[in-house]
Parts: sequence; structure tokens; C-alpha cells
Amino acid sequence: MSTHRTQTGGRIDRTRKVSFRFDGRTYTGQVGDTLASALLANGVHLTARSFKYHRPRGILAAGSEEPNALVAVWRDAARYTPNLRATQVEIYEGLQAGSQNRWPALGFDIGRINDALSRFFPAGFYYKTFMWPRRAWKSLYEPMIRRAAGIGIAPTLPDPDRYAQRYAHCEVLIVGAGPAGIAAALAAAKGGGRVLLCDEQSELGGSLLSETRAQIDGQSAAQWLAQALAELAANPRVTLLSRTTAFGYFPHNLVGLVQRVSEHRETALPGQIRERLWQVRAQQVVLATGAIERPLVFPGNDRPGVMLADAARTYLNRYGVRAGTRAVLVTADDTAYQSALELAAAGVAIAAIVDVRDQPGAQQLAAAHSAGIEIFAAGTVLGTRGALRLRAARIGQRDATGAVHFRRSVVCDLLLMSGGFTPSVHLFSQSRGKLEWSEELQAFVPGAAAEATRCAGACRGVFGLSRVLEDGAALFAAQHYEVSEDGPTPGAGWLGTLPQPVDADVGKAFVDFQHDVSLKDILLATREGFHSIEHIKRFTTTGMATDQGKTSNLNALAIAAQRLQKPPVEVGLTTFRMPFTPTTFGSFAGASRGELFDPVRRTPTHEWAEARGAVFEPVSLWMRARYFPQEGEDMHLCVKRECLAVRSACGLFDASTLGKIEIVGPDAAEFLNRLYVNNWSNLAVGRCRYGILCRDDGFIYDDGVIARLAPDRFHVTTTTGGAARVLAMMEDYRQTEWTDLAVWLTSTTEQWAVIAVQGPRARRVVETVVQGADLSAAALPHMALTRGYVSCEDAPQIPAMVFRVSFTGELGFEINVPAGYGRAVWDQVFEAGQAHGIVPYGTETMHVLRAEKGYIIVGQDTDGTVTPDDAGLAWAIGKTKPDFVGKRSLQRPSMNDAIRKQLVGLFCLSCTAPLEEGAQIVDSRGQSVPMKLIGHVTSSYDSAVLGKPIALALIAGGRARIGQRLFVPMPGGEIEVEVTSPVFYDEKGVRLNG
Amino acid sequence: MLLIDCPYCGNRPEIEFTYGGQAHIARPTQPADYDDHQWTEFLYLRDNQRGLRAERWRHSHGCGRFFNALRDTTTDRFHGTYKVGEPRP
Repeated sequence: MSTHRTQTGGRIDRTRKVSFRFDGRTYTGQVGDTLASALLANGVHLTARSFKYHRPRGILAAGSEEPNALVAVWRDAARYTPNLRATQVEIYEGLQAGSQNRWPALGFDIGRINDALSRFFPAGFYYKTFMWPRRAWKSLYEPMIRRAAGIGIAPTLPDPDRYAQRYAHCEVLIVGAGPAGIAAALAAAKGGGRVLLCDEQSELGGSLLSETRAQIDGQSAAQWLAQALAELAANPRVTLLSRTTAFGYFPHNLVGLVQRVSEHRETALPGQIRERLWQVRAQQVVLATGAIERPLVFPGNDRPGVMLADAARTYLNRYGVRAGTRAVLVTADDTAYQSALELAAAGVAIAAIVDVRDQPGAQQLAAAHSAGIEIFAAGTVLGTRGALRLRAARIGQRDATGAVHFRRSVVCDLLLMSGGFTPSVHLFSQSRGKLEWSEELQAFVPGAAAEATRCAGACRGVFGLSRVLEDGAALFAAQHYEVSEDGPTPGAGWLGTLPQPVDADVGKAFVDFQHDVSLKDILLATREGFHSIEHIKRFTTTGMATDQGKTSNLNALAIAAQRLQKPPVEVGLTTFRMPFTPTTFGSFAGASRGELFDPVRRTPTHEWAEARGAVFEPVSLWMRARYFPQEGEDMHLCVKRECLAVRSACGLFDASTLGKIEIVGPDAAEFLNRLYVNNWSNLAVGRCRYGILCRDDGFIYDDGVIARLAPDRFHVTTTTGGAARVLAMMEDYRQTEWTDLAVWLTSTTEQWAVIAVQGPRARRVVETVVQGADLSAAALPHMALTRGYVSCEDAPQIPAMVFRVSFTGELGFEINVPAGYGRAVWDQVFEAGQAHGIVPYGTETMHVLRAEKGYIIVGQDTDGTVTPDDAGLAWAIGKTKPDFVGKRSLQRPSMNDAIRKQLVGLFCLSCTAPLEEGAQIVDSRGQSVPMKLIGHVTSSYDSAVLGKPIALALIAGGRARIGQRLFVPMPGGEIEVEVTSPVFYDEKGVRLNG
Repeated sequence: MLLIDCPYCGNRPEIEFTYGGQAHIARPTQPADYDDHQWTEFLYLRDNQRGLRAERWRHSHGCGRFFNALRDTTTDRFHGTYKVGEPRP
């Protein structure tokens, strides 16, 4: 065992060794070690290079507040986690970890040059310096700076592990299982409600885990803890969660927890997940999150070997590790004496105690004196020495006038510091609770709560073991705890920088370790006129690292406040945001990845299309066949073949994704009259009509064919993507505006399979499949519907509704059958179509065919500013209706302006390929930027039947420009186009009515 | 995540709901009687006040019903919900 490991004591398992690798070297630790404690046991302090200056950094803390020792931990290339705090990583056999932000090695890092040049890199340096040339910022400066300054790198492979999520409800959620949290849990459990107690550490107990002196009710702290936890564990109403961080506090007492389930194991147990996200809704929340020791700000306070005093005590008492051999303590607080004395008792030489206060506590002074430790009252640290590890501290003292004098350089390999304790108010502040400034503690403490939240113990400024235990219990039932050997309690401590000579260089006196923000940077910010901490924070980036300034915020605030000669409350406190510590994307994603990321809706013919090699495209949540390529065809060739087949023979298309809403009731027609622009009263049963739905602002919202199935029953179709929002809009009017109407709305989208058969031979195909229906032109004209049935082997009479409708401009039928029979009927149609040259086609061909006819697609040819008249659809409006949604808006003068953008067609005069969709249009050549834009291309395709590219466009005053030449400026030059009618093919509709 | 008290279903998490804008703005029964200015006000202008605000919500992933709610815009607290047609409490 190394000389740094004590012979006895601590909570590690001394019988079980663990070997692990850090930066390629193999080390040995014990079961129960964190990576930090195991490295310290091996004498390793140097664990990281700093963010900006690449300064060597060591382990500062023992908990989640650690700003320096960020490491990467990996099992393989896919299981690679950067930026973990070494203080929270539990070691297991074979653990692989490495330092970050260094090249080529942690001990010799080229980036260290930044430190030598640091006087040239003050806060705001990058933004002030790399301004010219402007375009170099993105391509050169930013990538360069990002490479040089940074922390971990992201893994390159997808995370193969599983993450789970669960909800929980409880009467009391207690965050933090230190003495306050455990006492609260014991008392709360007696009330009989469900209690959930969570803690981020591997063991529940908090400060009790490193308490070796105090006795609680006659037991050692460890014994009392074991007994309390056993009592809680035996209670079926109590849930204990270790390794579980409460990372976010959301409204109505919803707290997000992330539990690390198998991260600490050499291999996960079979079926075990990696992490679990808990969403806990609690009747009341108890925050017992403790306090974080504050570093002191002095030059060289970041050298490996400089450590928080209480952290050193934790490493000694909990892990049996002496963090150094010869230590100096610099403190502004009585509690740190205990750390020094306990370390001394464990064999660490305490070279000196530097007490920043003029009057150190008498009791502590006496104890230190009797341990033979030299004390510098009114002391300060002027600097430290050492390259990769601390070698000496330069101690100074203030005289009666306040002037600072150098006293002595003391050789040491450990510098303990304590500026007092900062209550952890993160979650309380996240919950929108008000924070109050405590003059006595010189810290923010919880004030008025915004939720059903109560705080206990150090997180609300209550210190001392007995007081903390009683504070926790008192939330539910007052209880007395007898504690002997209770240590001193923290006072106000010290905020801001330690006294320095007037000419001291404070560039290396770090405030925010993780973001390399020094005292000098904050002073610069105040000189540059930043007076609010929110602005100082953004200018210097203090508190903006992954630790959110857990150890730095108050010092930064105090320095700014002193310099601005304002009380700290007036300079303000930055907002605490979730997550408390970085939380993995995996836990948020849970099972919602890959196939489960988003539901996929598939039509009844999906497998058929898949088997034929269809290429699919997502349309809202649907997967639709885009085209059906044959051997050797690309999309262009395939679509051309499909288009010609529909125009010359017959095509087969799955239109099942169309939104379908059935509107039923005595007032169904009136309901549609009020909603859609068209007149529905005069639509006969068995007839269809193309309907347009506007919002009350007069702009097209959706469109689709509506059929009257019965006097009181309409079958409304909507766009594929619009189905849900159209139904929501209908429900809105039905429930809130027109409560006088007796009408019911039902989504039937998934009830019907819709098989579209389009083309000159469509009738002959459909006739052979659908029985009991007269499909002749006389009996079933365009925009009519009839009913029949389809016979299958195992279903003699499948009811079928046949709509004679067309989105292609050809003779067309849409066979609607119950969705479960969709595939069977589809197979029959395809079979029957073989004799007529039937060709399955996809959405791409559908788009081309409809564009040749000038049929719009809402959302492609309209954009929420297009009226029915703009789209050339004014004919659809029921002019005699007194009102419909949008009517009043359509009467506003601006809606009838002649220069509104109108839908027109474009023929390309100087190109062979289709225009870019979205391309802008101008009316003359050679315009200088900014050009006068008069419209844009909305749809553009190669038309197979016309043998040339066509486009639809929205152009200002477009209809009056038909026949004009316009221009589409593109990077390669201007393309000349001719404005035409949007109907390119069969303008008279002869084919449609065939 | 907020808890919203649907008057038909009880407390449910906010992801089940859709916000529907300011409440108690009835669509005019005779829009033709509105001049352009009045119509524009009806169509586009909404209050943006601090404090209690009556607004529409729909339990879209539950019962599908619209209802009204009083919410404090400064604290996000709901101070009650009520059915369509009922007066603001």
C-alpha cells in the first residue's frame, strides 16, 4: 500500500484491490475509491489541463463541485464519456480514464504557451481581436480557438447502452442524504406517507461519511448512519436512491432525477440499464443539499496540490488517503482547523496555518498551538511555486495599517484552503424560490419558496451536526439529537481576493477554475463598464462552465461588488439553471431512439411497396412510397415512366394517408357552410366538391374533396399533414363558437384504405374489381361517388365507396375500403390492371401530374399568406353565403390588391433542368443587389408529357403578367422564363371528364 | 411540467394539453357589420398583461375538450379552470 494510504480507517474495502488505467498508466486502488481518491492515494494530483491557458490542474474538491479534475472515462469507442468529475467516478477493475485538453501529454502540453502569453488573452480578447476579416471567424478563428480551448471531446459512435425513464409520486421527496436529509426522512417516514430520499453519491450519508469524531446519541456517526439507513430501508413506504442526482426542479414540484444504475460496475448485470431518469411529482420537497466550501483567491491558487480543506478531510476520513505529506492551511474559517488537526493526527506535517482573519477563534488557536503548529494571523498567501505540483507557498501578513508584507516561503506539497461555506441553493433557486442575502454568513440563503419546498441544514445556512440533524427532523416532528465532539461551525468566512501588495500580479489568481477566469479578468470587466453580474458573467465567462460556478460564483460577485463599491445584492446573482451537474442525453432520450424515436405510420400497402423496391419518403408521420424504380432507373427516369403510364394507360396509387373526417348530424351542412369557403347546401347526396378551408384571416389553411354521403353525413378529406390540425380547428369552432349546431366529428383517416386508379383505362380496371356499382360516365360523372363491394377469397363482400375524383387530370377513381382489406383489394386491382398496363406510382409522380394540371399543394404552393383568389381558386367561394370563416378578411382592401402574389405557371426558356424551388424572380436583367424581388418558384418539375420543365410560382400581379418574360437570378446567371397559366395540360379538362 | 386541472378529467401533465390563446373573445356573429379596424382588432389584437389571465386550453391528448383557465403570467400558476360558456370566476 502506498505511503499516501493510511493503515486503517475510511470506508474503502481494504481487502479488495482494483487496478485501473489513467492516461495509459496502470494504478491500484481499493473498492470504494473514486478515481480522485485512488489517484491521490498514488500521489497523483495532476489530472487536467485548464480550459484556456492549459495550466496544470489538480483535484480541488471531493464532490460534484469539482471544477478541475474533469476526465474522460471509456469502455470502448462507443462507450466514451467526456467531462466526468474524477471525484464522482467510482473505480472498477479495468476502468480506463484519461485527462483532457492536452497535447501531446498531460505532463508536457504544447498548449501551455497560452499561459505564458496569458497577458495577451484577457476576457473578451477573442471577440475584440478576431474581428477581421469577418469571414475568417467561421472558417479559421473559431475552429482554431475551439481546438485550443476546450474540455472533452464527444464520442464518435452511437451509444449502444439502454436508458430507462420512470415516473414516481410521493408525499415527500428529500434531496440530499446527509445528516439533515436523513433526519428529515426518519421523521417524515413516521408520518406514513411515501418518502423518496436521493443522493448523488455512491453511499447515502453526506458529511457523516467522513465524520470520525462526533458521536450521535452515544454512537459513532458511522454506526448511527448505518442504523438510520437500515430503519429507512426496512420501511416499504421509503425509497432510497444513491448515485441519483436531482438535476432539475420544475413547476408544481416536479423534480428530475438521474440515477446511474450500472456506471460503477465492471460489467452491467444482465439486462441492466445504464441510467434511469426519474420524474418525481412530490407533494412536498425537502432540500437538504448541504453547502460547498469556497476556495480563496490568491496568485497561484490553482496549482496541483491546492485543495479545499474539507475535501482533504474527506479523502482522509472516508477514503483513508493523505492528500500530501507536508501541508499549509490557509483559512478564513474555524472549521478548517479541524481538517488540519485530523490530518496532523494522521501523519501529515502541518507546516503552517495562515488565518486570514485578524482574530482567529481562540479555541482553534489553542488546539493548533498545542499541536505545535505555527499560526500566521491576519495572514495571506502571496503566491505558490511548483511546476506540475505545488512545492512551496509564499506567506504574507498584514500589518496594523493593512499593508501586506512577505513573511516566509514555506515548503509544502499540499495547500489547504477554506473561505467558508456557500449554501447549495441551486435547486431552490431553480424552483423560482427567492434568495436572500445573509449578512451573517455572507452568502445567499433560501427566502420565500415558490413551490411546496422546505430546506434543511447547511443549504439554508444551518451548521453544526446537532443543529443540522434537528433542523431536518423539525420539518416533520421536533426531535433532540445529542451530539458530542461537534466541531466548530462556519461563520462568514472570506469573500473575494486575499489581501495582496498593491503591485501584485493577480493574473494567476483564479476565481473560476473551470473557465480560467482570474481576478484580473473580473477587474477588467468592471473597468470596461460592466456593472451587473449578468453582464460580467457573459464578458468574462465566469460561472458559465459545466460546473455553473459552484465554487466561484460568490467570489466573483464579491470581487465585482467590492470594486464597484456596492453591496453584493445590488450587483445581483446569476440565475441557477438545470441541470445541477451535466446530465447525459441518453437519460433524456430514454427509449426514444432509432425506430422508437417517433411513431411511423404505414399504409396497408407498405409491405407490398417495400417488396417492389419502392423508395419511401416521410410525409408528416407517414411513410409514403415516393417512386417504384425498376432495374437501372434513377428517380428521374422512373418518374418519367410512371407519369407517362398514367397519362397513357393507368396508374395505381396509395392515397390512404389523406386525412379523413366524418361530419355527422342534422347541422352537418350548416357546419361546413360556416367553415369552408364553398357552398354545401346545394351539394347533392352522392356528389363531391373540392373544398377550401381558410382561417379567419382569410388565408388558405387546408383543402380537400368533400363528399356528401347522406343528407346529414359528409366525408371530408384533408391534406395528409393537415388532418390533425384541421380536426382541431373544427373542434374549436364546434365546441366554443357554434355550440348551437348539432354536429359530431370523427377522424376516419385510419379506417379507410384509399386506392387511387388513374388514367384513361382506369374505368376498365376498377370495373372488374368493384361489383354492384355502375361506373359509367353517365352514372358516375366526375366528382360523384357510388357504393359497391369487392369480393375476396375469405371476404365475399367488402364494402367499397368509389369516388370519381382525380388529382392527376386523368379519368380517376379512388376506391375506399375498410383499411384491413386494403392490401387484399390493392392486390386485386393490380392483378386486374395487368391487362391494361397498370403501373404503381409514388408521391413524386403524383406531384408532377398535379403540377401539370395546376393543382396546388397547400403548404408548398401556399405559405399562410395566400388567399383563395391568389391561388386562382376564387371560383370555389360560395358568394351568396352571408358568412364563412375568412369571409370578412377577404373583403379587406389589401386582400384584393392587384399586386398581390398570384399563382401562375412558368415555362423555362433558357434551361433544360427544372428551376430551383424557392428561387426568387425579378422582372429585368442585370439588377444590382438588393434586387427587386417580385415572386418565387413554389413547385418545379420535369414534365414527361410536355417534354420540358414546368414550374408554378407566386408572382406579384401574376395573372396580368401572363405572356411576359421574367428572370430567375441564380449563381450561374439569370434564367429567362415565360409566365403562363398554371394549367399546363388539358386545360379544358377533356381527359378528366372522359 | 405544469399540472393542469381539466374540468372533465382532473389534474393532468401539461404535455396532454394545447394552448389556445386568450379566452372570452367571441367570434362576431355578424362580421359584415364590423369595419376594417374593428375586424383587425378582433383578429389580431390580444392582451398581454402581467398577472391573472383567462386563456383557452384544450385537453387534446385526453378528452379533447376546450376549456378556460386562469393563469398567472408571472408565476405560471393556474388559479382555476372552468368550462366553455361559464363566466370567468
